[in-house]
Amino acid sequence: MSTAPAIELKGISKSFGPVQANKDISISVMPGTIHGIIGENGAGKSTLMSILYGFYKADKGEVYISGKKTMIPDSQAAIAAGIGMVFQHFKLVENFTVLENVILGAEDGAMLAPSLRKARKELTALAAEYELNVDPDALIEDIGVGMQQRVEILKALYRRADILILDEPTGVLTPAEADQLFRILHRLKEEGKTIILITHKLREIMEATDTVSVMRRGEMTATVKTSETSPEHLAELMVGRKVLLRVDKEPATPGEKVLEVENLRVVDAAGVERVKGISLEVRAGEILGIAGVAGNGQSELLEVLGGIENGTGTIRVNGQELDLTGKFSDARSRRKRGIAHVPEDRQREGLIMDFKAWENTAFGYDDDDAYQAGLLMDNAAIREDAQGKIERFDVRPANAELEAKSFSGGNQQKIVLAREIERDPDLLLIGQPTRGVDIGAIEFIHQQIVALRDKGKAILLVSVELEEILSLADRVAVIFDGQLMGERLPSETDEKELGLMMAGMTGETT
Amino acid sequence: MDYLTIIQIFDSALRLATPLLFACLAGLFSERAGIFDIGLEGKMLIAAFFSAATAYSTGSVWMGLLAGVGASLALSAIHGLASITFRGNQLISGVAINFLASGLTVLIGLSWFNLGGQTPSLNGAARFQSIELPFAETLSAVPIFGPLYSEVLSGHTFLVYVALLCVPLTWYVLYRTRFGLRLRAVGENPAAVDTAGISVVALRYAAVAICGVLCGLAGAYLATGLGASFVKEMTAGRGFIALAALIFAKWRPWYALYATLLFGLLEAISNRYPSLDLGVVTLPSQFMQALPYILTVVILAGFVGKAVPPRAGGEPYVKER
Repeated sequence: MSTAPAIELKGISKSFGPVQANKDISISVMPGTIHGIIGENGAGKSTLMSILYGFYKADKGEVYISGKKTMIPDSQAAIAAGIGMVFQHFKLVENFTVLENVILGAEDGAMLAPSLRKARKELTALAAEYELNVDPDALIEDIGVGMQQRVEILKALYRRADILILDEPTGVLTPAEADQLFRILHRLKEEGKTIILITHKLREIMEATDTVSVMRRGEMTATVKTSETSPEHLAELMVGRKVLLRVDKEPATPGEKVLEVENLRVVDAAGVERVKGISLEVRAGEILGIAGVAGNGQSELLEVLGGIENGTGTIRVNGQELDLTGKFSDARSRRKRGIAHVPEDRQREGLIMDFKAWENTAFGYDDDDAYQAGLLMDNAAIREDAQGKIERFDVRPANAELEAKSFSGGNQQKIVLAREIERDPDLLLIGQPTRGVDIGAIEFIHQQIVALRDKGKAILLVSVELEEILSLADRVAVIFDGQLMGERLPSETDEKELGLMMAGMTGETT
Repeated sequence: MDYLTIIQIFDSALRLATPLLFACLAGLFSERAGIFDIGLEGKMLIAAFFSAATAYSTGSVWMGLLAGVGASLALSAIHGLASITFRGNQLISGVAINFLASGLTVLIGLSWFNLGGQTPSLNGAARFQSIELPFAETLSAVPIFGPLYSEVLSGHTFLVYVALLCVPLTWYVLYRTRFGLRLRAVGENPAAVDTAGISVVALRYAAVAICGVLCGLAGAYLATGLGASFVKEMTAGRGFIALAALIFAKWRPWYALYATLLFGLLEAISNRYPSLDLGVVTLPSQFMQALPYILTVVILAGFVGKAVPPRAGGEPYVKER
């Protein structure tokens, strides 16, 4: 019988200091299949693949490629063994052309010209074979992320990779681009390539893979046939307990208008108009979700509302107009008007990573009377307050003395949420609430957002995760190129329609 | 100002631009690989000292050249060790090298030669002699272009021509060879190089070593070509002017030639006219001498438009998890 597995890992262990990232992991992947590896952030997926790609050296364990024991001390050896990797953050030289990026490290001789000629020819052939069209002379910085990802795949194929590892490949793609990627992967599979797909998105695993391995806390908890499992079962294996995948919520009961935006325009520092006349409203007790591909103006929209950037137009909160450019257009004034803001990039704008958790729970509200002791800050009060927040929001580890950077993404987000939600705002602005957050924490964060809504607060949610928008929002508006393409009710639309709208098609006629 | 004066100024500009050009190309290799190097000055200085000292004691300028390059390479190795292997701050390492060179040259100079930190003056085979290019004599009679060739281009020392040849050579290496592609890549995105299976560390050390050799040539030229001995602090900020020229040149070899020629020209003018009478005002000698430095400040202040440095410049490469 039997062909040897394309990849077989036996007893791989790896620790970073006291942290055991991989514990005795064994896995075997048959050639010509798509194998998914799913797990929460920090479960050790990326570490395992980095070992396979020679980025890290395993402390223990063996690697077999097509039945042969192979040592992979560095990436060069991995490439020689036919392994190609597409990293989550692309490893491309921005001001090089596609062609130069493809040949980098795989040149044929000391002179460039012959390599470039050969690569150009080969790229044309690969493009025809796998529908991977891309202009070889375009600069990387001038092409979109979808194209850049193709370049990464082409890089691997040009190096004659038979095994392709993709780490969270759809994080930056539109739904349409993601579909296209999966078509390409299926094509590659038909040609006999072996593909390992690392993701935390259950939907992708169910749609694209043949088999799936689940990792939790550095261990491989199960390997199953995709056709014999379900999303709920996989989620349980990932988290170690039953997880609610759908957000449990009652229909909204919208009240008074809390936020009214009219004809809002934002011009960025480079002089480019990022928000082009947006009008919207959010009522008390409802969640308005803004869906869109990153970079279409949703960040600027949030920043103007949160008082981080200037804009023109009219914004009213509880019927009163906000100052958009003057003295009271700053974030602190916004907070005083009952607007809380959980920014998209929590590590840059939501927290100071080198400061302790308790200090972080006071930022933006540090002039609160409760935190003052005469001329000084009442640190004891802040600490006590922080401890309460940490307990109520289930931040783990529940230690306010730790620096923000030592918490996981999900727990960092809980710290920010605790700070903003516990101020009892009338309006919560929340951007990418679960980016880089693991499934268990996602469930908790979603529950908190819905609970705030049920208290009669208005919530403006911006997310690039369509699934999140669809399950959380009461109304969905789609943003494209700084304009709203239209509004839908989650119950009356689907990812396909929203995806089209996100790509700039009005979707009125379907 | 007659034609002969202009020719003489050009001639002197080319000589004065040579150490700047070497240093500028040195910086180009290093910074294109992502290693900032403000220690160009120190490397030139130590090379100048050891080349002069060795040329004096052996009587051979070639031995001097070798010693100068060796000394500069040694400092490069320190910079490499600090900023590549130990991932230290490249600016601090550079500053340390400048101080080290400044102190070391005077200290050793005093102890070896007892001349107040100078080396004895060099002559004969201990200095580079000027080379007459072929047909210089015959072509000098041709009007306009004759003197340009026989006076400006011909009659320089060996290293001047080496520096000029380094420009197309650098361009070729950078843009037409595998090594150049990788070197440019490692200065822009070392992770791309690493994942392509190439050693970031080896590439960066190679770049720093080339930088050391070129700085060594610059220093040796100062002491044994342009001058005839080592004088305390004889680099006089040329390493920093070269850095300014590098920014001015946007990290490109041909532009580096033009930028350093401009600086050389300014220096030549200020040497020729200690004070310049413009009719309305007379520029004092202090101003004339400060001219190259003033231009440096103007350039560094960003009056020359957008210069995009290599993206990974100054950042030690650490594999991310």
